Amino acid sequence: MLETSEILQTIHMIQEQHFDIRTITLGINLLDCRRDNDAATAECVYDKIRRLASHLVPVGNALENELGVPIVNKRLSVTPVSMISGTDPMRIAIALDAAAGDVGVNLIGGYGALMHKGSTNAENTLLESMPEVFAKTQRLCGSVNVASTRSGINMDAVRRMGHIIKQTAELTAAQDGFGCAKLVVFANAVEDNPFMAGAFHGVGEPECVVNVGVSGPGVVQRALETVRGKPFDVVAETIKRTAFKITRVGELVAQEAAKRLGVPYGIVDLSLAPTPARGDSVAYILKEMGLEMAGAPGTTAALAMLNDMVKKGGVMASSHVGGLSGAFIPVSEDIGMIEAAEANCLTIEKLEAMTCVCSVGLDMIAIPGDTSANTIAGIIADEVAIGMVNNKTTAVRIIPAVGKGYGDSINFGGLFGYAPIMKVNTFSNDAFIERGGRIPAPLHSLRN
Amino acid sequence: MQKALVSVTGQDKVGIIAKVSTTLCEQNINILEISQTIIDGCFTMLMVVDLENTRDDFQAIAKTLASIGEEIGVLVNIQRMDIFAAMHRI
Repeated sequence: MLETSEILQTIHMIQEQHFDIRTITLGINLLDCRRDNDAATAECVYDKIRRLASHLVPVGNALENELGVPIVNKRLSVTPVSMISGTDPMRIAIALDAAAGDVGVNLIGGYGALMHKGSTNAENTLLESMPEVFAKTQRLCGSVNVASTRSGINMDAVRRMGHIIKQTAELTAAQDGFGCAKLVVFANAVEDNPFMAGAFHGVGEPECVVNVGVSGPGVVQRALETVRGKPFDVVAETIKRTAFKITRVGELVAQEAAKRLGVPYGIVDLSLAPTPARGDSVAYILKEMGLEMAGAPGTTAALAMLNDMVKKGGVMASSHVGGLSGAFIPVSEDIGMIEAAEANCLTIEKLEAMTCVCSVGLDMIAIPGDTSANTIAGIIADEVAIGMVNNKTTAVRIIPAVGKGYGDSINFGGLFGYAPIMKVNTFSNDAFIERGGRIPAPLHSLRN
Repeated sequence: MQKALVSVTGQDKVGIIAKVSTTLCEQNINILEISQTIIDGCFTMLMVVDLENTRDDFQAIAKTLASIGEEIGVLVNIQRMDIFAAMHRI
C-alpha cells in the first residue's frame, strides 16, 4: 500500500504545482501521400490525417480524466512537407491546417525542410511559401534544419531564413508577428520531438507513433524550496528525484496512449517546459537556486546542472527517452524570463550562452521590427554554430515586432505568452552573411 | 480488480464519510481501504476503491462524485491508482 504522504505529494504536484503532461503528439508518415500534383497530394494528406488521428483527442481526454493529470495539448507531427510537395505547397498547408482543426488538435508540425547541406527544388519552393502559409493558417507550424554536426552549416539557408522570418513577421504584423512563433530554425533537429513549433515526423520514424512530452518546472521549484542553503550535491539529488517521478507519469501516459491508439510508443521527452503561469517557470528554478533573477552571473552554471539532473533523473524512469529532453528557456512563455528581460538582467547574448548548456536555443524572443534580415541571419548563424560544434540541438524562434522597438512589448496570449522587445546588436554583418556557401563540418564530425 | 483512489479534501463537517460512502455503494463500488486525517485544519480522506463491478463508466462516476462534493462543500476527485504507483513504486 502506498503511504498517505506519497499520494498527497502526487495530488499536490497536480493541484498546486502545475504538474502536467504537456503534450501527446502523434507522428504520422506522409511519404505515401505524394501524388502527381500538390492538389491531389493535399487531398490524400487530409484523408490520411483524418483517418489516423481522429481518436487522438478523445483518448487524450479520457486519460486525463482517469489519471487525474492534465494533458494540456494533443498535437500532430508529420513528415517534412518538402518531401512530398511540388510547385504549390500552399495547398498541402491548407489541407494540414484543416485536418488538424477537424481532429481537434491545437497545433500540427512539419511544414518544413531539412536543408543542412543543400536544398532541393521542392525545398526552395516551400521555403518561399512559408511567410504566406504562416499568415494564412492557424494551426500549422514548421521548421527548417540549416545545420548539423555531421554536415556543417548551410549559410545560404541561414541567409534566406533571415528574410523569411522578416517577411513572416510583416505578413502577421497585426498579430504582433505571431507567424514567427510557428517557425523554428534548427541545427541538429531531432526526428521525434513532440514539442511545437519544432515537431516533425522524421524519415527514420515508423508509419505512426506516439511521443509524449512531460513538464513540471513548478514541481522542481517547490522541491528545491525544501533544500534552501544546502550544497549543490543536495540540489542535484533533489532535482533528479523529482524528474524521475514526473517522467514515470509521462511513461505511463505514453504506454497507455499507445495501447489505446493502437500505434507504437516512440519516446518520452523529459523536458521542463514552462508556461506564462506564475509558479510554472524554469527561471524561478534558477532563482530558487540562489540567483536574484535569470541572467545574473551563475545562470549558465545553474542551468547546466538543472538540464543534466533532469536527464539523469528522467532517463531511469522511461524505457525510451528522446526528443529534446532538457530544460526549455523560451522568453515569452516563462514569467521569470519575462521579468528578467524587462529588468535588463537577461540579454540575447546571455541567452545565447545559456543555450550552450540546455536543450534548445533562442526561443520566443521579441526583437525590434527594424532589425535587418542579415542581423537575424547572423543571430541564427551564431546559434546553429553552437549546436554544430557541441553536437546538440539548437534552435532560433525569434519574432521581429513590426513597428515596435526596444522598450515595447508583444502579446500573443495563452501558452505563447508575452515578451518585452529585447535589444539587438546592430553592428553590420552584411559582408559576412552575403558570402553564402557552406561552413564545413567540424573535425569531430569524422567519427567513423 | 480495477483500483482507483477517491480523494476528499475540504472543511471538516458532519457526514462527509457517510455521504461519499453511500454514493459509492449506490454505484456498486467496493471500498478497499480508507485513511482520514486533518492536515492544517483541512479534512483529508483517501479511499482506495475497486471499480470492477460498477456499471457506470469512469467519467460518469467522476461526475457523480464531483457533484456530491459540491453539495457538501468539499472537493471529491477520483483517479486510477496507476498514477500513484507509477510515481512512487518501481
